[in-house]
Amino acid sequence: MSKMHVKLTVNGKAVEALAEPRTLLIHFLREELGITGPHIGCESSHCGACTVDMGGRSVKACTMFVAQANGAEITTVEGLAAADGTLHPLQEAFREHHGLQCGYCTPGMITRAYRLLQENPSPTEAEVRFGLAGNLCRCTGYQNIVKAVLAAAPVMQAQKEAAE
Amino acid sequence: MIPGSFDYHRPATVQEAARLVASLGEDARVVAGGHSLIPMMKLRMAAPAHLIDLQGVEGLAGIAVSGGEVRIGAMTTQHMLIEDAALAQAAPLVREAALQIADPQVRYMGTIGGNLANGDPGNDMPGLMQCLDAAFTLVGPEGARQVRAREFYFGAYDTARAEDEILSEIAFSGHAGAGYAYEKQKRKIGDYATAAAAVLLRMEGGRCAAASVAMTNLADRPIFSQAAADALVGSPLDAAALDAAVAAMQGDIAPGADTRGPVEFKRHVAGVMLRRAVARAASRA
Repeated sequence: MSKMHVKLTVNGKAVEALAEPRTLLIHFLREELGITGPHIGCESSHCGACTVDMGGRSVKACTMFVAQANGAEITTVEGLAAADGTLHPLQEAFREHHGLQCGYCTPGMITRAYRLLQENPSPTEAEVRFGLAGNLCRCTGYQNIVKAVLAAAPVMQAQKEAAE
Repeated sequence: MIPGSFDYHRPATVQEAARLVASLGEDARVVAGGHSLIPMMKLRMAAPAHLIDLQGVEGLAGIAVSGGEVRIGAMTTQHMLIEDAALAQAAPLVREAALQIADPQVRYMGTIGGNLANGDPGNDMPGLMQCLDAAFTLVGPEGARQVRAREFYFGAYDTARAEDEILSEIAFSGHAGAGYAYEKQKRKIGDYATAAAAVLLRMEGGRCAAASVAMTNLADRPIFSQAAADALVGSPLDAAALDAAVAAMQGDIAPGADTRGPVEFKRHVAGVMLRRAVARAASRA
């Protein structure tokens, strides 16, 4: 039951550490790396507050051992804003459209919506709701979260086109 | 919630994985996406001393469709099943069911092989594969063998897979031209079915020429109901045939009472699901 050497890329930075294989990815991110954007909500794979992006997939970091994530590229909500602090279009849209109240679910919501919009750059409202079905919010009633994601979609697309 | 300690293994080939399983014995568990096993480990209801992660095994994830025949690697995720255009063409029933499993995050990790091999009666893929008459390839120290989905499940978490075998591939014929439907009643996104019905049927001259019916989470194993299919075949799928199929299906299931409801309720919902599935399959046949 010895510790293992893990190497990850988190928000573009190479990370190396010794960790017990049983360490959950969410605990590794928060306690070992001090990346506290992903939250621990239900701890039972339901609420999505711990969602991070791993190798192009939205995953619940509470249901993943750091051993499984060894070698992966991970993006958390901390990795979305630009280097100069300019908010990501999704972050800006959540602020503009009041897509959060207590904010606990927000990092998971935004990280999940980020992957959803990579896969489906102009979703319908129904597709946004279906795509966010793994993230629970107890404050907003979801209405403004959905609005924010729909508002961010064309901005993200315009940014992508401008970059090309 | 902190799971028990274990040693972690990430084999590169299915042979290496099978050797590890054989040598480490019952202290070892194979993990695919981990979304059934890890919650159990966090609750300490499972505490394997060795975890054998299949994510690095070459050739275990992927979908091949050729001449109407479908082969799916065990490590193929639900997300991959949903996104694969050739599979959606050859066997749209699979995509329809995969979309009703868990939630997006879980579907990125959860695999068809894990869903099938775990033997949880709540899982959707076992009944679906019985409906499709799929065959599973099991790799063990003695080599590979095939077991039909309809003969794989003995009871809850009790399957034809031996302790030292790994489910590597799922194969079935596409159902182009057949009507299909997967109807699932669940309390919320992410929940297991209260009852679910998988139906395939072919129509000829206004009558049902062939049918296949399987039910999910209505016994300690998936229920392939030949009797329900027999009640549909030859009929114009009229009210009498539907009543007979529901009665036949209800003779095959044995649901237990739990937080999803009492037995009578589940039997009722099973009937509703089967009626809806037959109607929708017929509309597509």
